[in-house]
Amino acid sequence: MTPLLQLSGVSAAYLKAEILFGLDLELGDGEVVALVGRNGAGKSTLIKTVMGIQVRRSGSIRYDGREIVRLPAHAIARLGIGYVPEERRVFGDLTILENLEVGRQPQRQGAPAWTAAALFELFPNLAELRHRPAGQTSGGEQQMLAIARTLMGNPRLVLLDEPSEGLAPVIVEQMALAVGKLKREGLSVLLSEQNLRFAGAVADRAYVIESGHIRFAGPMQRLLDDADIRRAHLSV
Amino acid sequence: MGFFLVQVLTGLSSAASLFLVAAGLSLIFGVTRVVNFAHGSFYMLGAYFGLTLVALFADWFGRGHLSFWSAILCAALVVGAIGALVEITILRRIYRSPELFQLVATFGVILVIQDLALWGWGPEDKLGPRAPDLRGAVFIMGQPLPRYDLVLIAAGPVVLGLLWLLLNKTRFGILIRAATADREMVGALGVNQAWLFTGVFFLGSFLAGLGGALQLPKGGADLMMDFTVLAGAFVVVVVGGMGSITGAFLAAVLIGQLQAWGVLLIPQSTLVMMFLVMAVVLVVRPFGLLGRPELVGGGRQMLDDPLRPTRWTFKALALLVVLGLAAAPFYLDTYGLVLLIDILIFALFATALHAIIGPGGLVSFGHAAFFGGGAYAAALLVKYAGTPMELNLVLAPPAAALLAVVIGWFCVRLSGVYFAMLTLAFAQIVWSVVFQWGEVTGGDDGILGIWRAPWVRGRIEYYYLVLACCTAAILALRHGLSSPFGYALRAGRDSPLRAEAIGIDVRRQQWAAFTLSGAFAGLAGGLYAYSKGSVFPNEMAIVRSFDGIIMVFFGGVQHLSGPLAGAATLTWLKDTLFRLEMWRLLLGLAVIAIVILFPQGIAGFIKQHLGRFVGIRPELSS
Amino acid sequence: MSLGEQVLEAEGLSKSFGGVQAVRDMTFAVASGELVALIGPNGAGKSTCFNMLMGQLAGDAGRVRIMGEDVTGWPPRRIWRKGVGRTFQITQVLPSFTVRENVQMALLSHRRRLFDVFGRARNAEAAVADALLQRVGIAALADRACGLLAYGDLKRVELAIALANQPRLLLMDEPTAGMAPAERVALMELAAGIAKADGVGILFTEHDMDVVFGHADRIMVMHRGSLIAEGSPREVRDDPEVRAVYLGSSLDLGDR
Repeated sequence: MTPLLQLSGVSAAYLKAEILFGLDLELGDGEVVALVGRNGAGKSTLIKTVMGIQVRRSGSIRYDGREIVRLPAHAIARLGIGYVPEERRVFGDLTILENLEVGRQPQRQGAPAWTAAALFELFPNLAELRHRPAGQTSGGEQQMLAIARTLMGNPRLVLLDEPSEGLAPVIVEQMALAVGKLKREGLSVLLSEQNLRFAGAVADRAYVIESGHIRFAGPMQRLLDDADIRRAHLSV
Repeated sequence: MGFFLVQVLTGLSSAASLFLVAAGLSLIFGVTRVVNFAHGSFYMLGAYFGLTLVALFADWFGRGHLSFWSAILCAALVVGAIGALVEITILRRIYRSPELFQLVATFGVILVIQDLALWGWGPEDKLGPRAPDLRGAVFIMGQPLPRYDLVLIAAGPVVLGLLWLLLNKTRFGILIRAATADREMVGALGVNQAWLFTGVFFLGSFLAGLGGALQLPKGGADLMMDFTVLAGAFVVVVVGGMGSITGAFLAAVLIGQLQAWGVLLIPQSTLVMMFLVMAVVLVVRPFGLLGRPELVGGGRQMLDDPLRPTRWTFKALALLVVLGLAAAPFYLDTYGLVLLIDILIFALFATALHAIIGPGGLVSFGHAAFFGGGAYAAALLVKYAGTPMELNLVLAPPAAALLAVVIGWFCVRLSGVYFAMLTLAFAQIVWSVVFQWGEVTGGDDGILGIWRAPWVRGRIEYYYLVLACCTAAILALRHGLSSPFGYALRAGRDSPLRAEAIGIDVRRQQWAAFTLSGAFAGLAGGLYAYSKGSVFPNEMAIVRSFDGIIMVFFGGVQHLSGPLAGAATLTWLKDTLFRLEMWRLLLGLAVIAIVILFPQGIAGFIKQHLGRFVGIRPELSS
Repeated sequence: MSLGEQVLEAEGLSKSFGGVQAVRDMTFAVASGELVALIGPNGAGKSTCFNMLMGQLAGDAGRVRIMGEDVTGWPPRRIWRKGVGRTFQITQVLPSFTVRENVQMALLSHRRRLFDVFGRARNAEAAVADALLQRVGIAALADRACGLLAYGDLKRVELAIALANQPRLLLMDEPTAGMAPAERVALMELAAGIAKADGVGILFTEHDMDVVFGHADRIMVMHRGSLIAEGSPREVRDDPEVRAVYLGSSLDLGDR
């Protein structure tokens, strides 16, 4: 079976800095894959590279059998890849409902179809706030909105950049539960994560990135169990 | 009482076009971050197309209501299509360039449209057609008010209401608001930005065209309309707050009233009053009536390289250029020498402007005030004090600096586009004062008879004086940027938060730099006055400020040598094209071509492609 | 200055935004040589509180004293001159400067040479700057452009900048956010070393509970704008209210 997402020899640069050097990566349909590594290692850049924003990129990125390395971000999104940025980037002046409207795209095959109502069930907090401008909600609520907004595009694959960053431990738990639900809905997820506990709780497989190279690829459990690998690549 | 009421209503009717143009400008800026200088030109085209279409439709369908109003609407649609075309063919290619780079291209569009309008509709002012059944006047408490004014008074609120519905109740509107906040994120959510930008350009240009066509029965059409309405629309957008449509409406009403009453009270000073109101509003509410702090996440961040010690190869090259210039009188005729004097003077002007735009991070749209300020200081000294040239040239910079101290005090409270607009407003005030205070400044006739001292009366001698002054001043400016003062200025641009957190008073640093930059511009102005032997208000007009901006961006705002390359290119280009028919069209096309071909500026291009031969490597991370 | 002297005293700090009370009557102090953590859920008011301490934000009520002097209402640059270094949650460096120049800039400001138009900034205070870079462990990066550095290194540049005027108080907003665990430990050990060696008081906010419980001498917990608990790491960890509103069961989440 061909993987849903396949990167071969992907390099990327941001402004004038080369950040990724010839990476290979695969993600199967329905899989949750975590990118772990220290900050500045290139995790977020890898996510932006798949999405085609802010970076110059080369190599091959195939999604669902199709080459996307030269496509602009909006075209990639329209193929069914959803992006949740690290800084959340909700539209502060727009209400929560309007934020969802911006993310809305037609339904596509092989992906769950979301409506605002279904998302309010997934994130009950948002339901009460639907007419409130997103800028007047808390950080945790904005993180949920950012995910919900992306789901409105009915993606097959969601890229989650640092979903637990800057969130209080209680909210982090809720995020982990939400990612679990998405997986059960049949979504594939590629997430970058500092927090090994969080990654361990949600991911099937992991890639360790260091200085723009992949140092480890394998089941999440092996990374969690093998202190030697962790010490060698994550210095944990 | 009746008089009072009619006066208010007249003000409201003149607010309509202003609001339409400003709303379009504001929408376009919000989503695309392009300050569309060509917006006034779209307004003018709306008027001309309206004129043609009303006549045409009258021939085809008679002179009924439907014929007239559909002609007005069609004119607006045509202009909307032209705006979309400009976006697709020109602006779309340069969104990735540094912020505000695009406005240079829109300036090129102005020039092209000016010549095309002249070619299509001729030079004479056109009287507008009358709207059916709206001739004559209504009487309000015995005072006449043109019937058509009632249409204009209604047009503002109606358009405001329709725009509100569009922005809040349609998907297109919600996307516009989202893109105004963070257009990249909108793209990542699957919205084709190119389509959205074109749509916004269509909408904005449509509004400008509608404004132009709607005012036809009242104001007609002429070739000056573009700049006249542009200045007003800028004031309205800035006073109302960038990106706020309701703010634009309020501001348009305010300015409309000001114009209606100003004309009665002090007819010569309406322009000054308008800009004064803007200055006052911005000082009290730095982001306009309903605006908010500079929108973030829009412009493309460019990363400057750290300043490196100048390499010997570059120094040698610079020395060669200076030697080549020093030998110029041996191989150039008088004509060439005059051109070279102009180039040197503008190189100094552009370098002074670049210091505040590049390392200072503040784009000044009004630096002509200081160039002209220096020129007029020298001229006024000659005329009223009879002081010698040497003294006048020494006094021109401090005089310009004095002007810059006052203007800078207001302006450095703002940043980004607001700063740019406020500098423009102040420059316009200075210009109006000079233009309208004829008894002292000679007004439009300028000041003549600014003779050089005997030892530099000859072309060649004066050339050497200019070469010496400009070289020394440019070197001084370059050194200033690598001094602690220059570093602190750059620190404030790089990160105001960090700069303040290490004890730097960012505003004070910018204020001082603005003043110094003004002084150097003043020196350029003084040299220019003695080069021509006369000064005119043109030296401080908007166009002169724009020349400076174009030079800086042409050359490449990230490069210290950029302004030199830009000044040489533009001055030479103007000189060459000026003698041709339709020179505006050609110059406009040349400007657009350069902007598209050299998105990093000319100096950036040279550095990238020829740099390795002279050892100027682009910095790369190791 | 003897260890234990109060370098920062906040008294009754309050601030509300549009009717929402972001910070409510916060009173606390930081002594020299002490590492104090300020923790709490997102939106608890930590950043607002920090911004008021630094003069970035004017409070509605309350006073801030630094080394005994009332600095309420001072602008950030003046508070800096009083001897307060600061690092930001989202790093704030000068991206078009080299790493060394970033520190040099702070030193030039400290020596009040901001309006010197004759000297050359590149040569100024280079040795002092290099010594500071050495101290935070990034001497090797001195000539690199700051805009191209990795995140963890930027955090160290910020620390070097903050140390340039020999501060008595360091305010660090999420100093280890976005770092790998090993880096976090290294940075906090560095900070603790500076606190003890130079008698600097350090106040920091942090979401990483390992960092907080591993390094802080004292912990203050904020919730909905108020201080709900304060004490040693053990006292705070065992506080039922703190567990309910902030810590949750996360300390057990996949604790392997």
